[in-house]
Amino acid sequence: MNTKLKEQIKMLPQIFGVFFRIGPSTFGGGYAMIATIEQEIVHRKGWMEESEMGDMVSISGSAPGGVAVNSAAFIGYRLGGVPGAVAAVTGITLPTFVIVFVLSLFYALFKDNDKVEAALKGIHAAVVALIIMAAFKMGKSSILDVPTLFILATALSLLLFTGIPPFYLILGGPLVGIAVVIMKRMMGLSIRTEAPSAASKQELNFPEYYI
Amino acid sequence: MLWHLFFVFLKVGCISFGGGYAVMTLIQREVASKGWVDSGQFEEIVALAGMAPGSIATNTATLIGYTTSGIAGAVASTTGIILPSLIIVIVIAAFFLKLQGNAWVKSSFYGLRPVITGLIIYAAYHFGLGGRTEALLSWTMLGTVVICVGCLIAVTHFKIHPFTVILLSAIAGIIIF
Repeated sequence: MNTKLKEQIKMLPQIFGVFFRIGPSTFGGGYAMIATIEQEIVHRKGWMEESEMGDMVSISGSAPGGVAVNSAAFIGYRLGGVPGAVAAVTGITLPTFVIVFVLSLFYALFKDNDKVEAALKGIHAAVVALIIMAAFKMGKSSILDVPTLFILATALSLLLFTGIPPFYLILGGPLVGIAVVIMKRMMGLSIRTEAPSAASKQELNFPEYYI
Repeated sequence: MLWHLFFVFLKVGCISFGGGYAVMTLIQREVASKGWVDSGQFEEIVALAGMAPGSIATNTATLIGYTTSGIAGAVASTTGIILPSLIIVIVIAAFFLKLQGNAWVKSSFYGLRPVITGLIIYAAYHFGLGGRTEALLSWTMLGTVVICVGCLIAVTHFKIHPFTVILLSAIAGIIIF
């Protein structure tokens, strides 16, 4: 136990270092990062088996939070326990934090510059486009049948026309999901709860980029 | 104020299923109800957050923290939004790895995913149109639509990397506006 602990502590700076490097280089959380992480952790460092990456992807995709931070937490934990997870998450977050910070300082300096303001308006439009893409991608993997379409329509109208806190929607979605599945089972209907995975595998590229 | 920031983003972090853009809706609702930044500022913050590497949600949290209470605020809100992910992932990795194939979990996500889609669509709507006071047919609006459609085509059809698209649209913004 003691030697294991020592080993874990010795790993900490290394874990931190790897994720510190991954952080800014991939520009973006999201699934784009998984390829980089795999390259670094499985192939270069040999810290994990390739087969474990599947667990990592499914956990970091379904836990709350960004995929990148979640993957870092998962790998850090596997390698160095709780301190390892903290080191990995700090490593992956710190560079971004500093960059965001420097950006906002620059912005404060040039705030009143017309060109900067115009550039930000352009970026604003691009971000809207990326959000639409994200919505489309998410929709493709989530709208599988009539009930899911109904859930989407209900959630969207509640958001648009009432001031309901999104928290209740996030709580309600799974409950409705479970109810629908139980009802369909009772009626003897088969139900597909996931989109076929072949499609989502192929699109590990960048459309999901910022998610 | 620091505790306040920390707890608000801690709350957001706990329910930030779907990451990124779905979370923008959560953050926008929280921030608007607290009156921390107005909607113009929020737009600027999100545009800046989109330019930096890392998750746009975390970056937005950092910037809102910074705008309201300086560096300490940025640290407080970033820690707040990340901490729940860290804890939840550790707990899952330690105890619940087997849950992944569980039918209940699958059914929950079956119902949760459409909600997340709704949150993202709402984010697009709100971020694209919401809180806009000028007429819908203004020069700004037209430019925004043109750039937005251009970006969609660039990413889906020409497979251009989103970061390149963001840089190009900054240039397009300078030309148009």
